[in-house]
Amino acid sequence: MFEILLDATVRAGTPILFATLGAIINERAGIINLGIEGLMLIGALAGFSGTYLSGSLFVGVIAAFCATFIAGSIHALITVQLRGNQIVSGLALTMFGVGVTALFGKSMVGLTIVGFKRVAIPGLSQLPFIGKAFFNQDLLIYFSFFLVFMIWFFLYRTRWGLGVRSVGENPAAADTCGFSVSKYRFLAVTVGSGFVGIGGAYLSLASTPMWIENMSAGRGWIAVALVIFAGWSSPRAMLGAYLFGGITAMQLRFQAMGTTISAHILQMLPYFFTILVLVISTHRLQKGASQQPEGLGLPYDREDRK
Amino acid sequence: MKKAPLLLLLVLALAFCLPGCSQQEKKEETSSAPAPAESKAQEQAEDKGIKAGFIYVGPVGDAGWTYAHDQGRQEMEILSYVQPSTFIETVPEGAESARVINGLALKGHNLIFTTSFGYMDATIDVAKRNKDIVFMHCSGFKTADNVGTYFGRMYEPRYLSGIVAGKMTKKNIIGYVAAFPIPEVIRGINAFTLGVQSVNPQAEVKVVWTQTWFDPGVERDAADSLLDVGADVLTMHQDAPATMQAAEARGAYVIGYNSDMRSFAPNAFLTAPIWNWGSLYTKLAEEVHNGTWKSEQIWWGMKENLVELAAFSSAVPAEVQALVTEKGNAIKSGTLHPFAGPIKDQSGKIVIAAGQIAPDGDLLGMNYFVEGVQGTISK
Repeated sequence: MFEILLDATVRAGTPILFATLGAIINERAGIINLGIEGLMLIGALAGFSGTYLSGSLFVGVIAAFCATFIAGSIHALITVQLRGNQIVSGLALTMFGVGVTALFGKSMVGLTIVGFKRVAIPGLSQLPFIGKAFFNQDLLIYFSFFLVFMIWFFLYRTRWGLGVRSVGENPAAADTCGFSVSKYRFLAVTVGSGFVGIGGAYLSLASTPMWIENMSAGRGWIAVALVIFAGWSSPRAMLGAYLFGGITAMQLRFQAMGTTISAHILQMLPYFFTILVLVISTHRLQKGASQQPEGLGLPYDREDRK
Repeated sequence: MKKAPLLLLLVLALAFCLPGCSQQEKKEETSSAPAPAESKAQEQAEDKGIKAGFIYVGPVGDAGWTYAHDQGRQEMEILSYVQPSTFIETVPEGAESARVINGLALKGHNLIFTTSFGYMDATIDVAKRNKDIVFMHCSGFKTADNVGTYFGRMYEPRYLSGIVAGKMTKKNIIGYVAAFPIPEVIRGINAFTLGVQSVNPQAEVKVVWTQTWFDPGVERDAADSLLDVGADVLTMHQDAPATMQAAEARGAYVIGYNSDMRSFAPNAFLTAPIWNWGSLYTKLAEEVHNGTWKSEQIWWGMKENLVELAAFSSAVPAEVQALVTEKGNAIKSGTLHPFAGPIKDQSGKIVIAAGQIAPDGDLLGMNYFVEGVQGTISK
């Protein structure tokens, strides 16, 4: 039972994990992106159509990344180049994503593809308890593990990662040090959006291989909240995404097994945890250990530098 | 005993008299004003024919509830005097919807369909201010002079699909992915379970609530959780076809809902209770056009072909098909009613006595599970 539950947790958490990782890259460079929900939909549709038209799941994933990379560049253009309001631009991106996928997705409704299949990793998948859940999954899930590590490595162990973090913390100082603020921010937004798109593609290629309008059903907004929950760190994003996925999976399975715990209490748990984590992280914030990038949400203009 | 009917007659007479009087008074007071307005409205209706507007709760591309309504809309448009109709998708339920409904009213529509329960109060509200427009609200219970309601006896084909499930299950565990614990859904689960039990009293129906009409990921996970506890036939009351895919992936059977969704589960699909809104929409457009429409609460069943069972897949054996077709004919002719007693609830208490049929009022407010359902209704 524990193995089944953990397996369902990973599968339910993965689309949220990709979206949260993408959002973290955005926000680490100082750009708030509320367009995650729209980007997930664009990724889901691009991934599905790419796979349907080419017959290859790999092409679908690449299509999802490219489509959201382009959609993300709209947000980047407005917020980085034109220094527009990040909140408004992000919300507009979400509405744009919902509308544009509904329009172009009409012909894809009702079509079917063969989705991602499980690939067991020899040896590791035999591990007790965690083997089945973590090492008998599809390729996109393995990619998400890799991405969690890569983002951490990139941000803390490479010069480019240092650049991304510094344009997010203090763009003026980064500019003085010779980092191009607009280049770093632009790429962080577009590449981050691309990973969000892969999260969307996970929905239409792995969890439910089909295209339906609005199929992300609010997961993008959970990702926006999870960025804060995770304290802008990729390993903690993994924890947060699996926590959310796990509680959904758990309450459904408790019902199927016929337990007497009220479904309402179980459904309350994810939000209860959000409040709990916010309380803890705010408490730490008061002690001076702020995790939020200092320059988050502020447009940078060299001329306005003080 | 003899006085009772007399008293009732008196009360009824009074009740009819009072609003009647007040209406007459109103007419007399403003007798000059409404007459030209009425004739103008009639002229408009004759000139333009029927211009219908639809408010949808989901996207047309949901392959489910809204898709079925939109098929009905297109069927209605075949009528020569029906103008190209307008539809607005994904309108949030509640007070906000009044603005959207009013928008349709202002743009010269003379027949407006609001196709979800949550539009009820908004529909009544807008209708008050637009007396010359006919409003039809789906699945509600409030009416007015120019507002009627309509819904289908989906429990009839649900009962039949239960017979199929009861015959097809080998492990005697059937899974039901359900959205919200409201009477409409509970009625469907009960009818389905009664169908199952009529052919297979050992089988039980496990219910998992998703608390959402539309979230493919959660629906899929709920279906998987039922398969994990041994269910070998699934069905659902959701708007997305995710349950179908879950069954297909794990080699179980599945019964769809809303519209024929067999393309999502070519091997697992058995049949599906589906909506045929077209026949009703066509009739309503005719009535409004001919001026014979009057406000009523329409609750059509299989007899009127508003609801039916989709064609069986080849996985359903011929003798099961024959049995279900026979039972379906019995429902259509009125000799079989799914909620005919004796029916026990989960605790074993008789809720509908032998020889009785649950009245429509009880069906519309159903809030208990029948025997054979494994699940809870949180109150």
